[in-house]
Amino acid sequence: MNFVQIIGRFFLGFLATTGRLGIFAGASLSHIVRPPFYPRIIVRQMVEIGYFSLPVVGLTALFAGMVLALQSYTGFARFSAEGAIANVVVLSITRELGPVLAGLMVAGRIGAAMAAEIGTMRVTEQVDALTTLSTNPMKYLVAPRLLAGLTMLPLLVLVADVIGVFGGYLVAVYKLGFNPANYLQNTWDFLEAQDVISGLVKASMFGFIVTLMGCYHGYHSRGGA
Amino acid sequence: MTDAAPKIQLRDVHKAFGGKIVLNGAELDVGTGESLVVIGGSGSGKSVMIKCILGLLAADSGSILVDGEEVVGISARERERVNKKFGMLFQGAALFDSLPVWENVAFGLLAEKRYSRHEARDVALAKLAQVGLGAEVGELFPAELSGGMQKRVALARAIASDPEIIFFDEPTTGLDPIMADVINDLIIKITREVGATALSITHDMASARKIANRIAMLYDGKIIWSGPTGEIDEADNAHVDQFIHGRAEGPIKMAVRA
Repeated sequence: MNFVQIIGRFFLGFLATTGRLGIFAGASLSHIVRPPFYPRIIVRQMVEIGYFSLPVVGLTALFAGMVLALQSYTGFARFSAEGAIANVVVLSITRELGPVLAGLMVAGRIGAAMAAEIGTMRVTEQVDALTTLSTNPMKYLVAPRLLAGLTMLPLLVLVADVIGVFGGYLVAVYKLGFNPANYLQNTWDFLEAQDVISGLVKASMFGFIVTLMGCYHGYHSRGGA
Repeated sequence: MTDAAPKIQLRDVHKAFGGKIVLNGAELDVGTGESLVVIGGSGSGKSVMIKCILGLLAADSGSILVDGEEVVGISARERERVNKKFGMLFQGAALFDSLPVWENVAFGLLAEKRYSRHEARDVALAKLAQVGLGAEVGELFPAELSGGMQKRVALARAIASDPEIIFFDEPTTGLDPIMADVINDLIIKITREVGATALSITHDMASARKIANRIAMLYDGKIIWSGPTGEIDEADNAHVDQFIHGRAEGPIKMAVRA
């Protein structure tokens, strides 16, 4: 086969998939805002994505904060810039690490499980059965999961931010001998609302992408293991 | 049994997946109150035909009338309204794993908001009783039931909203002969009680002979024969003859390799 042909085929396939995914995302978003709604399922998904992810997200955030404080101390101590540690910890956690870690943890915990669950329903015709029982599967299966992802990830990240900063505080105060009041004052002084908000918006997007990919791949799965 | 106006009418229905033609001008009439069974080999397009009627697949061309109303190419909302007339028994039962049995049965009722949860539960238990299952089964989850019981629950779910037309997709597949006969009896009893029109697809001839008033045979994307159940043995058609006697030799060549 011609080399150009391979590239062309690959590119066309890429475009087709992107298009399908875009249409799927648009349709599911429109189903989030249009009735009927399924509050029971939304709450169930929120508990699954938000509440049950707390331990793993909290644990990673705690250690991320601790490591951040410890390692930046190693570096900053050489320039007598220890005062900046609180600043580094809180900004990296709220702006970057919180959303990324929570997003990764949720992707691992939820994304694949979602694809497997909806995929099983597709293959055993449960998705078709929904349609015959006056229920739109996009509304019943996809929209609640996307909504839960969009809303729960920011909340998770908020918790992760607090725990992460607390991890940094623990190491700084009990290992590196910082003054607790000074450390907290430094943390607070450098933090702006925008830092937290940008992290939460990011988290929301991560939640959307993780649940979207899980639902998309489950919804379009076919036949066999 | 057949009234003047057919309940379902298929005219020149075509459906292809990529280059593979599955339905190639299928024509079918299902009269009000009759029980029609479509027989045909694996891969002959039986399931695709039912899915086209239900709107789970879109027919490429042709016309499908339900109560005289065209359903090919209608909007999603219209489709939802038409589908309220339908009940469907899926081949693998297709019960929702995450819901207890009673909620499975009451699913359509709750979706249409015709009943409160409490009332829907009572209706569901009544439907379960109709298929010979006790109230205690209502609290179990589908995974805790045997195959035969799952089929019964699926049957109860299919009739829960008193549909005018019930579809049966290979109702006896995967069951032992005795349980298959029990399900056949149930199908006859239920369709009579509900007064529904039934359209079944199967390749189980014993089941077909039992539940059908009329049998139609689908081959190569077309209905090649249809007639009253009693006449199928005298059908002057080599394809039908080969199928009902289950012979490997004959005009129908099974694709051993896909």
